[in-house]
Amino acid sequence: MTETTQIITREGFVEDRFAGTNIPTLEEYTGGGAVLLPVDANPSALAPHLSTLALVVIPFASSADGRGFSHAAALRTLGFKGHVRARGHVLVDQFRAALRAGFDDVEISAAQAARNPEAQWLAVPHDTCYQTRLFAA
Amino acid sequence: MYIYTDFDRNFLRARVAEFRDQVERRIDGSLTEDEFKPLRLMNGLYLQLHAYMLRVAIPYGSLRSAQMRKLAEIADRWDKGYGHFTTRQNIQFNWPKLSDVPDMLDALADVNMHAIQTSGNCIRNVTADHFAGATPDEVEDPRITAELIRQWSTDHPEFAYLPRKFKLAVTGTEEDRAVIRFHDIGIRVREQDGEVGYQIVIGGGLGRTPMIGKVVREFLPRADLFAYLEAILKVYNLSGRRDNKYKARIKILVHETGLEELKSRIETEFATQKRLLPDLNPEVVANVRASFVTPAFKDTDFDPNKAQSPALRAFLDTNARDHARADHASVTVSIKPIGGTPGDATSDQMRALADIAEAYGYDELRISHEQNVILPHVHRADLPAVYDALRAAGLATANVGLISDIIACPGMDYCALATARSIPIAQQIGEAFSDLDAQHDIGPLKIKISGCINACGHHHVGHIGILGLDRAGVENYQITLGGDGTEEAAVGTRTGPGFAYDEIVPAVERLIEAYLDQRLSPEETFLAAYRRLGLAPFKDALYGDAHAKAA
Repeated sequence: MTETTQIITREGFVEDRFAGTNIPTLEEYTGGGAVLLPVDANPSALAPHLSTLALVVIPFASSADGRGFSHAAALRTLGFKGHVRARGHVLVDQFRAALRAGFDDVEISAAQAARNPEAQWLAVPHDTCYQTRLFAA
Repeated sequence: MYIYTDFDRNFLRARVAEFRDQVERRIDGSLTEDEFKPLRLMNGLYLQLHAYMLRVAIPYGSLRSAQMRKLAEIADRWDKGYGHFTTRQNIQFNWPKLSDVPDMLDALADVNMHAIQTSGNCIRNVTADHFAGATPDEVEDPRITAELIRQWSTDHPEFAYLPRKFKLAVTGTEEDRAVIRFHDIGIRVREQDGEVGYQIVIGGGLGRTPMIGKVVREFLPRADLFAYLEAILKVYNLSGRRDNKYKARIKILVHETGLEELKSRIETEFATQKRLLPDLNPEVVANVRASFVTPAFKDTDFDPNKAQSPALRAFLDTNARDHARADHASVTVSIKPIGGTPGDATSDQMRALADIAEAYGYDELRISHEQNVILPHVHRADLPAVYDALRAAGLATANVGLISDIIACPGMDYCALATARSIPIAQQIGEAFSDLDAQHDIGPLKIKISGCINACGHHHVGHIGILGLDRAGVENYQITLGGDGTEEAAVGTRTGPGFAYDEIVPAVERLIEAYLDQRLSPEETFLAAYRRLGLAPFKDALYGDAHAKAA
């Protein structure tokens, strides 16, 4: 997080536990630490590094572009246990889906955080979900 | 019919509360119009030419009387006393106020209805054969599968922001009334070695680029349904084009990638999903199946040879069809009165339909994608009473499947995208062929009219398709012939230059004259005659000697 962004978890607005972490792009990435995974990349490119990788940041250039949700889900499918963050234009109303798809938190601009204060994010209901019921074996 | 559980009801109330909050945030400015747009769309709220439009989901077109009465109440209370049944088996209200919409959604939730996922780039309301559970020839009621898909796709965390809208349809019969070959995913329930599973078709669609769907799996075991759908949607979500909304549907992905390549990507993803996801739980299926029990059919004695009035006989010949039980019939109520707006029903008509369904139809109603209302189960002894009640409500037009049973999009009278009027064309064709005896002589004929290239009126699959365009500020109507939305799927062929607003109905009349002149017998339908004769004689009829000489 920088001064111009805000991290939000299910608990509300929080400090960035990865503050100061260097987050290279996928091309520059060599292993360990953190990486920025663009939505037009293939998440399986990270497969060899999943055990050492701590943070994957997936950018949302627009709230209408839902590829990030599938990327987060794909990382979890690959067995990634680390932290997955949605960065960019994520709506309050996408928060439930983001957490369910596999994200741990979202990082939005300070301007958006001013328009969508913490109370709106805390008010998001997380309890109702068809898929969990259907996939309960 | 599917019976809502506490879970379903709680889910609905939570979603209404959420949307009420979103509307408030839009009004207080914490949501911008750009941000609000996908949210209102996901709740079925469009901004139309004159006002907002609320599209209410009628999952697989099935309704109870109480639900139909609630739609009537909503039409009276928050709209102008009518609703419009759509080609996705839904109903649209054309005049709601934004601030009223949360109350409308609450009223809908009172009868387990909603507007969730009726628009937006998400998985839309799943459609199914409108004779499901009543038709004699089905492997299984397709609504069981449609309801499973409704649950799976509702609020799915991964697939709410797809490249473009995504439509699924399910049929339980070989004869396809659900138009599965023209859906993003079409599903046919089939049986193999005593096991119920699915044929899966992908990449069909109408719109600007009509394409016939391709079979991607001949037989998918039922246990793998969700794993396979997840695989298709994952591949589409990541690979579908987002640079151009007119190239964003899965049909373009299939076309540009090639079926074999895409199929292999889907199968690879499916293998992963199959490893991760449990098989579709038979208990879940059994619970859903139990909701679709057939009614306790009456065993009333009746005389099948009892004399019928000519009007009743004519009505039944056109609007009734065989039921799985010999002593019952399914009755299609035409929402296409001669000279009326296709699909529009008044609140009084909705209440009449609810009353009739309650008295004679085991409380069940269906909306067909052809914008008619169906009483799926009527005992044959009750048919005269049903006819009388329909006639009293102005709902006894005996034109189902005939030339005046027209599908038309709202067109320029309502829609912000339309480039030409559709409804007046439908009305004028109805009036030109207002004599029902003449309509019967012409026989089965599907005319479909779209008011722009987005093809909401499904003109590509009309036996006669009419597409209204704007040519330098003047309405111009192109004709296509030979389209077919059934299992024999075909996209209509354009005849040539279009016709002006005042020329299009005479042009249709000339087509009909040519058909009547050249058919082998009254049994040869328009579509069959077209397939036998080809375009030439119809082109002659449309464009006359000038064309004949040029050719």
